[in-house]
Amino acid sequence: MAERPIRVLIAKPGLDGHDRGAKVLARALRDAGMEVIYTGLRQTPEQIAATATQEDVHVVGLSCLSGAHLELFPRVVQLLKEQQADDIVVLGGGTIPSEDITALKKQGVAEVFTPGTSTQEVVEFVKRTVQL
Amino acid sequence: MEPLSGIKIGGSSVSLAERVLRGDVRATGRLISLIENAPEEAEQELRALHAYTGNAHVVGITGSPGIGKSTLTDRLAKRWRKEGFQVGIIAVDPNSPFSGGALLGDRVRMQDLATDPGVFIRSMGARGRLGGLARATHNAIRVLDAAGKGVIFVETVGVGQSEVDIVRTADTVVVGLVPGMGDDIQTIKAGILEIADVFAINKADRPDANRLVIELQMALGTSGNADTGASARTEGRWIPPIEQTIASTGEGTGALRKAIADHWEHLQRSGELETRRRARYEAELQSVVEDHWRKRFFEYWQQRGHWEQVVEQLLRKEIDPFTAAQQLLSPFLDSEIGG
Repeated sequence: MAERPIRVLIAKPGLDGHDRGAKVLARALRDAGMEVIYTGLRQTPEQIAATATQEDVHVVGLSCLSGAHLELFPRVVQLLKEQQADDIVVLGGGTIPSEDITALKKQGVAEVFTPGTSTQEVVEFVKRTVQL
Repeated sequence: MEPLSGIKIGGSSVSLAERVLRGDVRATGRLISLIENAPEEAEQELRALHAYTGNAHVVGITGSPGIGKSTLTDRLAKRWRKEGFQVGIIAVDPNSPFSGGALLGDRVRMQDLATDPGVFIRSMGARGRLGGLARATHNAIRVLDAAGKGVIFVETVGVGQSEVDIVRTADTVVVGLVPGMGDDIQTIKAGILEIADVFAINKADRPDANRLVIELQMALGTSGNADTGASARTEGRWIPPIEQTIASTGEGTGALRKAIADHWEHLQRSGELETRRRARYEAELQSVVEDHWRKRFFEYWQQRGHWEQVVEQLLRKEIDPFTAAQQLLSPFLDSEIGG
């Protein structure tokens, strides 16, 4: 059996305790046949980058509702680069204003999903981007 | 997406195996993926690593869901780290039989370990394999061993009653139980007594912990009789110790660590380690030969479209399965051995 499931890390950087969205998305990705690594609340960018490298994921999904996304998301991108893992796609999610989205994309975040996005859209995006 | 093998990361053309030996985390993660997704391609790298393996103490952590396997693993990993060991962890979880996907959540209980450069954690989907481990687990252990991990914890799926693979993989098997989960009767049913080298009664602050200990001792034939244990030890036999732990606070995990380390010492001193490893290599060699044989055989006949014809002949009673098998095997035997 040469199955190659897409591996995704769903991580919550920042200090907010709202992981409902992250968990719903994790389940949707699993139901789409992916292996989803979930690491829990309040992760530092260092923890997230180290986990992504050890787990050799294709995609890191970051969820942040604390407002610190402008610091935290690019930091993860940068750390992955330092670990020669910049082929890992970084996605963001949360209550993020549109001007911030432009800034995040400039700094290497592949896509940002805001409230109201269906899980199906994210699943499709991940499948399109990874294309095993 | 780039192919998995022959990837050049950061422009380096050094092999994955060489980079694993240098302690490169990225390469270690990559090689484990290669083992999971394209085992044949991984063989080349594994060949180069074999000589560097055999040093790690492989500790299996098994038991029913919810007994605290991940938390125990986290605590034990920290204890070994304090002693200066590098630690590897492989945590296996089931994949959904419907979507093939998996939610791998063991790392939630091991958050502090994520940034410790002396710890490598890998979550692994069992990918349809029964028995508590994934197909790739064995070779993933080999990679971590070669990468210099002195102790490697392997956390099984935890279905509770069919964790047979772990015995063939780990040097020391820790069976976790929790008071009041009906485990007392189930242990005897599940044959868990035979696979345990060490018992951890976790959540030991719950009522009935002592009762579970006594029941286990009775089942092991060591109940309330210190002499039994002592005499067995003078004979060089190992009696599985029963340790009470509260993994959430760390209580009792020092004694658990000692019991696991004692078992490792026992294996080395008694010569049992070599006996077990010899048996394991023999089984592995057999399965690798079988895999390669099977693959060559079926490819040969399927390419010739002969396979379906023979099945058809069997159906019409034109040939019997034994004669057919002999005929199908003959070209291989003639060319390889008979000349």
